Amino acid sequence: MATKVVERKPLSIWERSYLPQIVGGLKITFKNMFKPTVTLEYPEERPEIPPGYRGVPTLVRDPNGREKCVSCQLCEFVCPPKAIRITPGEIPEESESRHVEKGPQEFEINMLRCIYCGLCQEVCPEEAIWLQDIYSFTGYSREEMVNDKQKLYELGGTLPDPYYKWDRKKQAELEGNPHH
Amino acid sequence: MSDQPDNLITINLNGKDVQVEPGLNIIEAASRFGIEVPHYCYHPHLSVPGNCRMCLVEMGMPGKDRATGEPMLNDDGSPKIMWVPKPVIACATKIAPGMHVSTESDVVQKCREGVMEFLLVNHPLDCPICDQAGECRLQEFATDYGRGHSRFVERKNVKPKRTRIGPRVMLDDERCILCSRCIRFCNEFIGKPILGFTERGSYSTLTTFPGKELDDNYSLNTVDICPVGALTSTDFRFKMRVWFLKETDSIDTESSVGCNTIVGSREGKIHRITPRRNDEVNDTWMPDSGRMLYKQVEADDRLTAYSIAGKPCSGEEAVKAAAELLLQGQGKVAVVGSGRLSVEEQFLLRKISEVLQSAPTYAVARYGEADGKLISADRNPNVRGALLTGMIGNLPEEQLEDLRKKLESGEVTHLLAVGEDLAEAGIPAELLKQAQVVYIGTRHCDTCQHSKIELPLLTVFEKSGTFVNQQFRLQKFNQAVPGPAGTLFGLSTFTKLYAALTGESPYAPSPAAIWTHMAEEIAEFSGLRYQDIPKTGKVLDGSRFDKLPFREGASLHFTPAAETANA
Ligand code: SF4
Ligand code: SF4
Ligand code: SF4
Ligand code: SF4
Ligand code: FES
Repeated sequence: MATKVVERKPLSIWERSYLPQIVGGLKITFKNMFKPTVTLEYPEERPEIPPGYRGVPTLVRDPNGREKCVSCQLCEFVCPPKAIRITPGEIPEESESRHVEKGPQEFEINMLRCIYCGLCQEVCPEEAIWLQDIYSFTGYSREEMVNDKQKLYELGGTLPDPYYKWDRKKQAELEGNPHH
Repeated sequence: MSDQPDNLITINLNGKDVQVEPGLNIIEAASRFGIEVPHYCYHPHLSVPGNCRMCLVEMGMPGKDRATGEPMLNDDGSPKIMWVPKPVIACATKIAPGMHVSTESDVVQKCREGVMEFLLVNHPLDCPICDQAGECRLQEFATDYGRGHSRFVERKNVKPKRTRIGPRVMLDDERCILCSRCIRFCNEFIGKPILGFTERGSYSTLTTFPGKELDDNYSLNTVDICPVGALTSTDFRFKMRVWFLKETDSIDTESSVGCNTIVGSREGKIHRITPRRNDEVNDTWMPDSGRMLYKQVEADDRLTAYSIAGKPCSGEEAVKAAAELLLQGQGKVAVVGSGRLSVEEQFLLRKISEVLQSAPTYAVARYGEADGKLISADRNPNVRGALLTGMIGNLPEEQLEDLRKKLESGEVTHLLAVGEDLAEAGIPAELLKQAQVVYIGTRHCDTCQHSKIELPLLTVFEKSGTFVNQQFRLQKFNQAVPGPAGTLFGLSTFTKLYAALTGESPYAPSPAAIWTHMAEEIAEFSGLRYQDIPKTGKVLDGSRFDKLPFREGASLHFTPAAETANA
C-alpha cells in the first residue's frame, strides 16, 4: 500500500507559547460561569414533564370512580412487544357499572417488555390507558416489574372524562324511548 | 376445462361474460368469481326472506321486441340490455342465461351506503364490549360500504339488553339488525318456532314466545349465524377476543355423524368450538353438546401423568414397563380398543395385539338416542375406522360379556385397555384387581385404580389424525393445542409400545407415516395419502361391511342402509 506523507507545518513562536489556546479556553469557562445552569441535581431535583410525554402506561378511572377500561383487548392486540396481558370478565350483577357489562378481571403490563411506544393509548376506544409522567421505573425482581391491575390504577389515578358515554347510556336506558 | 358440467349458462358479471351453473342466486354466482355481494339475511342453508336489502344489485336482461319476439339490438349489433329500472335483491334473484349484473355501479354503492346508514341509526356503540367485534358483518360492511360518519343527531332507541333467552344464549336487542336468520333457523332446522319479532318499525324487538326458552340442543347455531353481536354464547361470552383465536379444523367426536368443526384456541387453551361448513355432513350446523367437549382437555379427572404401580415415572419408562408386563402374559392378553381412537391409533393397536397374539380385540359400543339431525345413535365417532383397520371384526358390544367370561375362566390374565373404562363396560372390580392391567386413557376412572401401569392418552384436540364417520367418510382433524406437559407426542405412545414389544420400530409416530403402511395393507385405503385427504373428507367404499347391523338412525345427510332398503 502506498503511503502518503503529510507534511506538518512548523508552529510559529506565538503558537508555541500556547497563549492563544489558554485565552480561548478561559473565554469559554467565564462565559459559562455567568450563564444560567441547564443541569439538574437529580434525584433531589426532578425535571418538569411536558404534556404528551410517554411515561409508564397506567389505567385511569373517570371522576365518578368507574374504571374506564372495558377489557376490549385492543391494546393487548396492538402492543408490539406483547407487554400487555388481560383477563376479561363480566361486571357482576350488583355493581354500579353493571350496564357496562365487561371489565378487566386482571390486567398486567410487563414493564420489562414495554417500549413506551404509546400505541396502547392511541388505540384505546375508552381512553382508559394513558402513558403518564412516570419516567423512571425500577425494581429488584422481574415480578416487581410487572404492573398488575391494582398497581396500574394506583399509578393512573383519575382523569377527566368529557363524554361520560356510559353514564349517558345508563340514563337513556332508565328514561326509555320517548313515545310509544 | 374438460371436467366442467356442460349445462353451464353464461351471464355477464360487471361487464365480463362468465360461465356458471344454473339455479344459483346472484350472491352465490358472484361469489364463485370472488365478487362479494354484501348480505345479512341471506344464509345458504335457510329460506330467503329478502328483508335486509343489503344485497341490492343492478340487473338487466337482453331485450326482445314485444311484437316480433326478435332480440333487440344496439346500433353496433350487440344485444340491447333492458336494465331493471330499480336495483333488485341478489339473494332472491336467480341467474338466467344472458343476464347482466352490476355489483359495482354508482347506484349499487349508493344503495349500500343508504342501507348501512339506516342499520346504524339506532345501533349502540358497543363494539368494545361486544363479543362479535372482529367477526361482525356490521363492522365489516360499515368499513367497506358505509359512508364513514354519522349524520344522526337524535337520541337512539333503547331496547332490552343482557336478556337471557336460553340456557346458553344471551340476547342484546339493541344490536339486532332484524335479519330474522335466528327465527328462520328455529322454524326450519330446529322445527320449533321459538323466536319472533314484536313491535313495529324501529321498535321491532326480537324475543322468545312467552313462556318459551331457546333451550334446544342446537340453540348455539343461532349465535353463529347472527351477523352481529345480538346473540352471544353464555359459555364464550367475554372470554376471549376472536382475533386472538387460532383456528384449527377438527371433528365433533360425540357421535358417528362427525360434524366438521373449528377449534378456536389461544396459547394452548381452547376457548370455543364452532361448526365448519361441509354440505355433505353437517351443512353449517352442529349440536351445542359437541361445543362443550373441549372441557375434557382441562377436566378435573384428566389423566396427565405416567405411573407404574401408582408411582410417577417418565413416558419412556411407562411404555417399557407396559411392554414387559404384557409380554409376560403373551397369549393370555386381551386388548380393549375404542371407537373413539383415531384410525391411525386403531391400526397401531391392531398391530400391537397381533404381536401379543391376543384374543380378538374388543371395543365398547355406546348407544344413545338419535335426534335425526346431527347426533346419531352410535356415540362413538370412529367405529367404522376400527372395522376398516381390522382392529375389530364385528360391531362392538356395550357390555364386554365375552371378556368377562374369559377373565373368570383364567383364559385372559393381562389386559391392555385403551381409551375405555372397563368397569363401565361390565367388568367387575374383583376381576380387574386379579388381572394385570395396562391402562391408556384420557381420564382417571375405575379401571385406573386397578391398573398396574397408567399412560395418558391425548384427546382429539391434542393430536392429528382421521375418523371415519357413518357415511364411511374419512375425515381429518388437526392438533389444536399441545398435550399435557410431559406426555408423549402424537402417536408415539403406540409406536413406542410396538417398538418395545418387538424390538423393531417400523412406524414413525405421525399420521402421514402410518398412512403409507395402511395404504399398503388395507384395501379401502389403497392409493390414499394422508396429505391428500380433502378438507371435506373422502367417502370410502364400505361395501365390505354392508351386512353389519349398524344402529344409527337417520341424520341430516345420512339415511341408514336398512331404511333405504325398506323404502
Ligand atoms: S406503550 Fe407500547 S409497548 Fe408499552 S404497553 Fe403500550 S403498546 Fe405496549
Ligand atoms: S385499556 Fe382500553 S384498549 Fe386496553 S382493554 Fe381497556 S378499554 Fe381496551
Ligand atoms: S354488533 Fe358489531 S357493530 Fe354492533 S356493537 Fe357488536 S361488534 Fe359492534
Ligand atoms: S338476533 Fe341476530 S340473527 Fe336474529 S334477527 Fe337479530 S341480527 Fe338477525
Ligand atoms: S340478503 Fe338480505 S335482502 Fe338479500
